[in-house]
Amino acid sequence: MLYFIEQCLNGLQVGMLLFLLAAGLTLIFGIMNLVNLAHGSLYMLGAYFAATFAAWTGSFLAAIVLTIAATLLVGMLLEIVAMRRLYGRDHLDHVLGTFGLILFFNEAVRLIWGPAGLNLALPAWLSSWIEIIPDVFYPVYRLSIIVVALAVAGFLYVLVMRTRIGMLIRAGASDREMVGALGVNIKLLSTLIFGIGAALAGLAGLMQAPILTAQIGMGENILIVTFVVIIIGGIGSIRGAFIASIFVGLTDTIGRAFLPDLLKMVLSQAAASTAGPALSSMLIYLVMAVILIVRPEGLFPASGR
Amino acid sequence: MIRDARMVVIAALLVFLALLPVYVMAGGNQFPLILFTRIVILALAATSLNLILGYGGMVSFGHAVYLGIGGYVVGILAKEGINAGGVQWPLALAVSALFALIIGALSLRTRGVYFIMITLAFAQMLYYVAASLDRYGADDGLTINRRSQFGLINLSNKIVFYYLCLALLLLVIFLVARLVNSRFGMVIRGAQSNERRMRAIGFPIFRYRLVCFVIAGTLCGLAGVLLANHTDFVSPAMMHWTRSGDLIVMVVLGGMGSTFGPLIGAVALLVLEEALSGITEYWQIILGPLLLLIVLFARGGIVGLLRPRHA
Repeated sequence: MLYFIEQCLNGLQVGMLLFLLAAGLTLIFGIMNLVNLAHGSLYMLGAYFAATFAAWTGSFLAAIVLTIAATLLVGMLLEIVAMRRLYGRDHLDHVLGTFGLILFFNEAVRLIWGPAGLNLALPAWLSSWIEIIPDVFYPVYRLSIIVVALAVAGFLYVLVMRTRIGMLIRAGASDREMVGALGVNIKLLSTLIFGIGAALAGLAGLMQAPILTAQIGMGENILIVTFVVIIIGGIGSIRGAFIASIFVGLTDTIGRAFLPDLLKMVLSQAAASTAGPALSSMLIYLVMAVILIVRPEGLFPASGR
Repeated sequence: MIRDARMVVIAALLVFLALLPVYVMAGGNQFPLILFTRIVILALAATSLNLILGYGGMVSFGHAVYLGIGGYVVGILAKEGINAGGVQWPLALAVSALFALIIGALSLRTRGVYFIMITLAFAQMLYYVAASLDRYGADDGLTINRRSQFGLINLSNKIVFYYLCLALLLLVIFLVARLVNSRFGMVIRGAQSNERRMRAIGFPIFRYRLVCFVIAGTLCGLAGVLLANHTDFVSPAMMHWTRSGDLIVMVVLGGMGSTFGPLIGAVALLVLEEALSGITEYWQIILGPLLLLIVLFARGGIVGLLRPRHA
């Protein structure tokens, strides 16, 4: 039972990381109608930046601030140089163009940081354990990931629903050209939104770096899971992304933790140890397939799209 | 009759491909033959993708999964001691068709960007399944000790194998060309340009698309069978998502919805890769931005560039 609670928290933590990526991706898709495969590359850059800045400054907090600023800048620069030319093209062009960018970023990282991964050590105040309920200890760091991501979700909600920029973002999502015609600088707005999305991906990468190492290709693995989140949640919907992220995070983690043991009750030992890992890695995709059969548009489709 | 530059390029390419083994037999370097066997096989895969992507407008980002399925059927059967090509090949095609039927039936319920993401997700799922097959090498892949046995035809002979691949490629190009110009192909192409109208006329678009998707998957499974025999090895990397991306690049680079476009694209991309990797170890840093530039400025691909201006 205690193990179950721990796995639930782990699943929640994975889900919150997925949410940071899915929110940026769905925001960019909602407003610029752009499929950005290179979103995972920004996540990877976040992890590498964090490891580098932490080594330079010797401070974890300074690394966080610098990483968010750096990924924001890289994102805005990327939008100005490349992405803005892809708006209005069809999705196949987006896929190809951003596929090219993934190759570029992966190779650039290999050129700058070398093929071996980078480690990011946690400061002492984050690497302790906390007693969440009597006799259950949980790493402070994983708990702080959950807290930070929830804070970001709250921030996004206020930003999108309660501020003037948020109003423009929502207007841009429903009719980009009309917003431009009304005198809003839609180009600047797009650059800003892309930057925010990049910074969210960078934040996710930086928070993941101490748990796994910063590695080339780390972005693509999580990007595909993020796609699953977006398909389940409905494209363009931040609320859907939030709920689907938690759902996918929990399903994946709990599936991996318990499915092999559950199978052992039904199947023979040998069959279970073969089928267990295969089935648990398939689980989220099977869930996605079932949801698509019931609701092809996802659980919370953004209206008018 | 030579109408334009396209036909010259295609004719020259076909003559080159047909005569390549002669150069090797005359004592030349073996390497071009190995490279071009690979190119021909991937051109076959790209041709099958062109059927759904170029003519049907279905942007499948998981097409390499059928390379893996075709390859793994051969690999697994070989590991279990069944080397007869007469068993391996039909079974590989049947399994590819079955998976294409399941993936297609689910994916084709969605449109546009959902379709791109979901085909990618299913391919990734099977990638992880292949990587967890402990008995068949898991992550490290599976070495095939004996190529498919076909009585008189010896696939271990490099030149025989090359000509077999080339013949199958030309057959598939011919079949796809016949298919897209048939009544069936017209429905598929009509659905690409105006789905709602095709529905209104009364065509069951979903069923047509699904059949098209299954044909494309089966043909790509054939490419997988050839690839497994070419490398004597199968691994999850065969169906890695970057391979699916490569196939899309070949189709678009050559020219979507054109008969020989995927072949031209495959030759162009793989020869370019070979040339760039000769210049620098970090060749993808050049290839990546190049792809972006092609998307931005050369939308019709190589075939589009060769098309006469007035046409």
